[in-house]
Amino acid sequence: MPTIQISLNGEVESELQLAKDTMTIGRKSDNDIHLDSLAISGHHAQIVTILNNSFIEDLNSTNGTYLNGSLIKKNVLENGDVIKVGQHEIKFITISAGAEDNFEKTMIINTAAIGMQETEGNKAIDKSVGKIVAEIASSDSGKTSQKIAKIRIVSGANNGKELTLTKVLTTLGKPGVQVAAITRRPTGYFLIHIDGGDNGERPHVNNEEIGSKAHPLKNNDTLEVAEVQMIFLFE
Amino acid sequence: MSISEKIIITGITDEGLVRDHNEDSIGHTNELGLLVLADGIGGHKGGEVASAIAVDSILQDLNKALPLITTGKIDESTGYSIESMLIEKAIKDANSKIFDAAQKNSKYEGMGTTIVVLLLYDNRITVAHVGDSRLYRMRDRILEQMTRDHTLLQELVDRGFYTKKEANESLNKNLVTRAVGVNATVDVDLLEDIALVDDTYMLCSDGLTDMIDDSLIEDIHLNYRDNPNKITKELIKQAKDHGGKDNVSVMLARVLKEFPANSNWYTKFLDIFS
Repeated sequence: MPTIQISLNGEVESELQLAKDTMTIGRKSDNDIHLDSLAISGHHAQIVTILNNSFIEDLNSTNGTYLNGSLIKKNVLENGDVIKVGQHEIKFITISAGAEDNFEKTMIINTAAIGMQETEGNKAIDKSVGKIVAEIASSDSGKTSQKIAKIRIVSGANNGKELTLTKVLTTLGKPGVQVAAITRRPTGYFLIHIDGGDNGERPHVNNEEIGSKAHPLKNNDTLEVAEVQMIFLFE
Repeated sequence: MSISEKIIITGITDEGLVRDHNEDSIGHTNELGLLVLADGIGGHKGGEVASAIAVDSILQDLNKALPLITTGKIDESTGYSIESMLIEKAIKDANSKIFDAAQKNSKYEGMGTTIVVLLLYDNRITVAHVGDSRLYRMRDRILEQMTRDHTLLQELVDRGFYTKKEANESLNKNLVTRAVGVNATVDVDLLEDIALVDDTYMLCSDGLTDMIDDSLIEDIHLNYRDNPNKITKELIKQAKDHGGKDNVSVMLARVLKEFPANSNWYTKFLDIFS
């Protein structure tokens, strides 16, 4: 179990173990790590531990959370790292379990039914990651990109025309000039270069030519395919 | 000319250097441009059983269903091609079979498997996956990971706890958040894309990607560019040279020629501006 050492002005004030999956740090007395100082927000930051790894996460504090001197929002913690909140320094200490044996077998975290059948492996895991697993299950990240998008043409003869992207794969362009496709993946919408015609030119997103990899699209991006300008929009 | 003459398909699965049995399964139907790879999870023989059921069942379902449909039609309600819908259904069927087998035999309780399926048809691809087996594409000498792992680690990266570099060094690599056969139902990620001549698609289990990094995988593809058999063998060899701690499986599909469903496929490129 990792431990933390809390010091103020270079003097160690206390040392404690990270006994819970989530340990909050703050000025109010309901925090797991209670630091009474006006420079520290009521609920300033938290240390989350998942299996072998711990993370520091700032909870939108007024004065910020620093890790080894850099202002951070979230970061993984390594042995010897120093977190600074207000004037307090919190040193993170963990004895790593020899790198050799760390190659774990693949295991399943059951996000669908907590408390269903347990295998040897997921018993321990269900316990320690229950919270984040529940979060994953509820956010259902795979579905977020299923928002319907459309493109609006803003140049040339078809100016003003809109096309709703009802198909997962929509092709755009003029054969021989330039052809591209927009594809809807579980992670979002992407523009893909297919054929650059004789001069091999690629489509542009926000005035920059895209590469060979699928290019992620954001709301209001401007696209240029086969010399036609359009805007990518979510409905 | 059938699709099997336009696309080269290869595949190897190897138990690696540490495990005494192979929980990965692979299978393909060249005439349909279909590749399936599964990495089984679960103690005793559960992992092996789950991945074998998945590959057999998916191949059987699709070998039967795919020849009966008109290539390249779109399912109105979802926007996916009919092929994609059939693949999703085949994976869900495999899920039920594995789940039922585990319910009936306590030895297999909790078994499951990752899955990645690639289908090449009508100058397009559909990729379906669950878990941490991946699909990559080599195009224009650049390697791109097209699937997004269903792992706790990836969820943490997505939520900003880790950078990708830190994630690669992390210990919590092998916790999958979705698998086939573990619950009564399963969510399948589907993606569709256009295939181009000279593309090489690679399906692999985490026995490859945990042992060697993407830049080495890319180098091997570049070194043996025109020889999918050699690429496959070299990838397996390198995974073993770098520890070989897990079963390792690699399948490749290299596109030699266009494979349109009908000859004037380019006319379909007219969703807009036509």
